Amino acid sequence: MKRIECLEAIYDELAGCAVVTIMGAVAVELYSLGHRPNFFYLEHAMGLASSMGLGIALSQPERKVVVLDGDGSVLMNLGGLTTLARYAPGNLTHIVFDNQSLLSVGGFPTATATGSDLAGVARAAGIERAGTVTGLEEFRAAAVAAIDTPELACLVAKVEPVGPSSFHMDLHLLENRFEFQRALRPDPQGDPTP
Amino acid sequence: MPVSERHSKLVYDALVAAGVEVVSALPETWLVHLIRLAEDDPGMILVRLAKEEEGVGISAGAHLAGRRSAMLMQNHGLLQSVNGIVSLAQLYKIPLLMLISDRGHLGEPDPWQTAGGRATRPVLDALGIVTDELSDPATVQLQVARGMTLAQASLAPVALLLTRDLMWEALG
Repeated sequence: MKRIECLEAIYDELAGCAVVTIMGAVAVELYSLGHRPNFFYLEHAMGLASSMGLGIALSQPERKVVVLDGDGSVLMNLGGLTTLARYAPGNLTHIVFDNQSLLSVGGFPTATATGSDLAGVARAAGIERAGTVTGLEEFRAAAVAAIDTPELACLVAKVEPVGPSSFHMDLHLLENRFEFQRALRPDPQGDPTP
Repeated sequence: MPVSERHSKLVYDALVAAGVEVVSALPETWLVHLIRLAEDDPGMILVRLAKEEEGVGISAGAHLAGRRSAMLMQNHGLLQSVNGIVSLAQLYKIPLLMLISDRGHLGEPDPWQTAGGRATRPVLDALGIVTDELSDPATVQLQVARGMTLAQASLAPVALLLTRDLMWEALG
């Protein structure tokens, strides 16, 4: 299973959500499918995408929030899983693409390559709805259900360690930041008032 | 415990008056009353952290989602958060009001606080973060309000150091 196939499989589902991705392949591949104002690509600060997602989810409980994370980033903020579990916002879905490597810096193996089980860590941290998927259809069904269900979920998707040929994105990070902030403002249809 | 309840309440009320709706915190002795006040306030979203750097992410998310926030941490929490401050708050121009207990200075009895005490101001200076000290209860509300105003206007972190003079009631 490739990460970009997973992203394609849930792309339509992300339309109404606040989406926070990590840097590197996840950001570039989602961007390559078609950027939307409700997509924020955290181009550094590894580990904090899930914390940002929590901040958004608690601030706007009516808005669905999806964090697209990676094994390397989650390993930098394992304690954050306990914070997610503690507040367990039902509008937050944490998807972790686990390719068992730090792909964009040369593919060095992470600890998931030697047996660390991130879904197991998440479950032990207190996130009851946590699991691992390895097949595309299984991923699609689990991710869509997680986004649609008002319960915090952590879904680990085992993906191949392959990424895009280029990491270039024609979107300055500040442009992305201000556009995303504007997209989270309440709309006339009655989105939550921040 | 000689941590000042009265001054903690002053600081908390100043945060509320400055429009803070989200507080992230990791407990330390000087912050116990402040955290309890946040916990007891139904209008406040309190996020208890495992490690202080998470608070930068919480504040960034809150800001982009339209809420004002503050971080409550010890100066060692500041040291722990430096990468998040640089590569999220500063890189992405996120206002970040940081209330930092200023451990490790005159009167500090705990040896383990002293190295961090010496490093705090030089690190804030190196990061180019505007810093002020909260020492006088009479000016706390104004300083917090101005700190928030500057953070919001500059889209940058602002550090308010909670000093022993303000937070500690016992002489010594």
